[in-house]
Amino acid sequence: MISLTDILTLLPESFLTVAICALLLLDVFLRPAQRSITHYLAIAILGVTGWLVLQHYGTPTAFGGMFVRDGIADVLKIFALLTTALVFVYARPYLRDRGLFVGEYYVLCLFAVLGMMLLVSAGSLVIVYLGLELLALSSYALVALNRDSQLSSEAAMKYFVLGALASGMLLYGMSMIYGATGTLDLNKIHAAAALSSQRGMLLFGVVFVVVGIAFKFGAAPFHMWLPDVYQGAPTAVTVFIGSAPKLAAFGMAYRMLESGLGSVGPHWQQMLAVLAVLSLAIGNIAAIMQSNLKRMLAYSTISHVGFLFLGLVNGQPAGYAAAMFYAVSYALTATAAFGMILLLSRAGFEAEEISDFKGLNQRAPWYALLMALTLFSLAGVPPLFGFFGKFLVLKAAVDAGQVWLAIVGAVFAIIGIYYYLRVVKVMYFDDADDAAAIAKPADAPMRTVISVNALALLVLGLTWGPLYGWCAKALGIAP
Amino acid sequence: MFANWPLLSILIWLPILGAIPVLLAGDRRPDTARLLALVVAALTFFISLGILSGFDQSSAAMQLQENHVWIETLNVRYHLGVDGISVALVLLTTFTSVLVIILGWGSVDEKVSQYMAAMLVLEGLMVGVFCAMDALLFYVFFEGMLIPMFILIGVWGGARRVYATLKFFIYTFFGSIFMLVGLIYLYFKTGSFELATLAQVALSGKEQAWLFFAFLIAFAVKVPMWPVHTWLPDAHVEAPTGGSVVLAAIMLKIGGYGFIRFSLPITPDASTEYAWVVIAMSLIAVVYVGYVALVQEDMKKLIAYSSIAHMGFVTLGVFISLALARGGNATGAAVGIQGAMVQMISHGFISGAMFASVGVLYDRMHTRMIRDYGGVVNTMPRFATFFVLFAMANCGLPGTSGFVGEFWVILAAFQSNALVGALAAFTLIIGAAYTLWLVKRVIFGEVANDNVAALTDMNARETFVLATLAVAVLLFGLWPAPLGNLMDAPIAELVKHIVISKGA
Repeated sequence: MISLTDILTLLPESFLTVAICALLLLDVFLRPAQRSITHYLAIAILGVTGWLVLQHYGTPTAFGGMFVRDGIADVLKIFALLTTALVFVYARPYLRDRGLFVGEYYVLCLFAVLGMMLLVSAGSLVIVYLGLELLALSSYALVALNRDSQLSSEAAMKYFVLGALASGMLLYGMSMIYGATGTLDLNKIHAAAALSSQRGMLLFGVVFVVVGIAFKFGAAPFHMWLPDVYQGAPTAVTVFIGSAPKLAAFGMAYRMLESGLGSVGPHWQQMLAVLAVLSLAIGNIAAIMQSNLKRMLAYSTISHVGFLFLGLVNGQPAGYAAAMFYAVSYALTATAAFGMILLLSRAGFEAEEISDFKGLNQRAPWYALLMALTLFSLAGVPPLFGFFGKFLVLKAAVDAGQVWLAIVGAVFAIIGIYYYLRVVKVMYFDDADDAAAIAKPADAPMRTVISVNALALLVLGLTWGPLYGWCAKALGIAP
Repeated sequence: MFANWPLLSILIWLPILGAIPVLLAGDRRPDTARLLALVVAALTFFISLGILSGFDQSSAAMQLQENHVWIETLNVRYHLGVDGISVALVLLTTFTSVLVIILGWGSVDEKVSQYMAAMLVLEGLMVGVFCAMDALLFYVFFEGMLIPMFILIGVWGGARRVYATLKFFIYTFFGSIFMLVGLIYLYFKTGSFELATLAQVALSGKEQAWLFFAFLIAFAVKVPMWPVHTWLPDAHVEAPTGGSVVLAAIMLKIGGYGFIRFSLPITPDASTEYAWVVIAMSLIAVVYVGYVALVQEDMKKLIAYSSIAHMGFVTLGVFISLALARGGNATGAAVGIQGAMVQMISHGFISGAMFASVGVLYDRMHTRMIRDYGGVVNTMPRFATFFVLFAMANCGLPGTSGFVGEFWVILAAFQSNALVGALAAFTLIIGAAYTLWLVKRVIFGEVANDNVAALTDMNARETFVLATLAVAVLLFGLWPAPLGNLMDAPIAELVKHIVISKGA
């Protein structure tokens, strides 16, 4: 029985759905010159949805526990909406210069956001799968947005085939879990898993679920799609799939592994520890060799996923809080990093090779400073935001008694620093091939917003207490 | 008048925030940037003198404390405070920074505003390191320092600057991240990052050993000790003069300070047990690196190696005192640490002065090779006077500050082990050899070539910098008592603390 409170609880998602459909219809009637209306409306939709999320209408759970609205969902939704709004602002000049400024981009991104919101609020395996597929299908289409580009089409195909495979794995694992516990409800699975007589089948399912999650995160050895997709997709799409979905992936991991399979924690924690070490190693070492900045950031993403897993391995609220903080800090930093690539690209010039950043300090000192802040944050150098994420996940690993894991993380953080510094080196120490000042890039909103975004990495580094407090509160840790 | 001010916060944030207007002055108005930077640095120095006005020298307690919650959920605090040891180093930092800004006035003419801003940010962070009483806060300042220094060497450095600055950054980062894991482990034990709490927590021998080596890696790289010293000659040679001065005068001291603040109080038993490791490394630094200095052909490299040798005295003094303290010789132990501290301050002045002097020559000749010089005294008599004075101080001539620290450390070493003392004393001869030989080849003799003949003596700005440093070197050489008194109480307290075993 669907009651009014159920609908009210789902109001943000419902509003978003209706708004997307309305936007899609409206966009059909707009002339290309009026496309900016779609742009601003999309941002407004995100804003209203975020406001609705914070209003907390209705009840903590809806539809008989299929949909959960708790602190974790709130944090993840707010930051997913925020980063998507940033992405829209950064993407507009890029899309316009390349003739990709179409309503589909916004609609697909918004559908992906809807998928994320469902995913992080999932209380049942069905909703997990529903949200995940909504996110994934929108992402495949987004990667292929520039259909004349061979590279993009190839990336989209690769993404689609491997993504479908991973979905299949996940679904297969879910069916095993259903078979072992007899329920799709995550809370009931949690209770049933501890007592299940079908332990073998259950753990078999857990393996497939972990593989599915690892694929969505892009954790090694399930990372093969990630560098190609990041590089092949138009940068305006890369900035989207490189940021907000990481928050959703954390939400999915939390719902599946903690809410659902928390009672068999030691089993999946071991698997995640192995994935973490592999991701740290492969991500950091492969990134050193890249000359394409987007590809380098893709490998860096893999290493960041490794760090995030250090938090999940902990398996306690403090560990999840650390991982969630890490996901938020990574999403905001990655948005800024890809945003800088967008900022410096022009029509016919992609600015995606590391050498394109040569001598940036001579040509545009302000943007060089912003990019340097972003890179130092990714590298995890205090006092920037990224450091505190690393600090928290290392702490989570030590708290879990896995000091060796923390040391492995520390060693790879040192290796990782090299390739970030290499970009700083190129910007600051090398001379530009063309020393002329860069033509005033992009449009004013983007310049302002990206400045705020990059400076926020410094400010949040100095005042990360409230944000961490929010994450900790969401997981029920008393201050 | 300063009693109610958050003095330490001002000293940290004034230069950092002051860097913003300097940066805004932009490259098109270099003189505005220079002037602004000088005003900020000078103001910071004068305010730092204010510390002394209300400072109780007889107390070992942390004073001028500021204690605010930084991260409530994790009980991380923005906790600042200074005792005599910190005060000496804070004053050294603010003092040196003013001189560095003045030095950069003429020798840096590219991207001036960025250079000055980086220097100011660096100053603020260094002051923060010496004031932090919360380990995480310390770590943030400690690592944050790398960013401006990385930029300083990389942008304004010499030909191999990129190699040098990457090596500098990665080496130091490598050292400190293990310390971070160690600190997290301590937090796990105590639920706090307060240094005072960490100093009290009971730790088993094995835990102490792990933590000791985590700290050792971090601070040994920073000092730097043999065999992790190789980044320093590269960084020094490639850094601009100002960068070299800051590196030698202040940054290296952070390593020694770390040993005194972290290793000794938190892991006293492991420090005693493994003191021989550090002492052996220090003696190798003092003797072997001294010989390495002897054969250098690049002046900056020679002074860099001499820095490593002199910092070897610091680590020697700190760790020799452990054996003395445990053996019941509290006075001897205090002399060792006292000597190490005085050596740090004095080396700050002397190495800073030596690098500044090389900078004066480099600005004129654009070479640092010793063979390109000779007979400089004939054309630059004023400069030669100062250079010889600093060289003498570098050898540890009595009457200069270089003597006091080395003498105290050797004194302590003899009380512990005559062989160690003898080896340490032996270095004075090597030190004299490489320094005096440098002076002979560069300053004295016939005018070597036309370039030297064309040299002009120092201008007022350069004279001012070197004269100020000369006054400091002589003052603390002839009258080290104020410095000693400042640090007496906290050192006595530290010696009392390290005697007590923390074994659980």
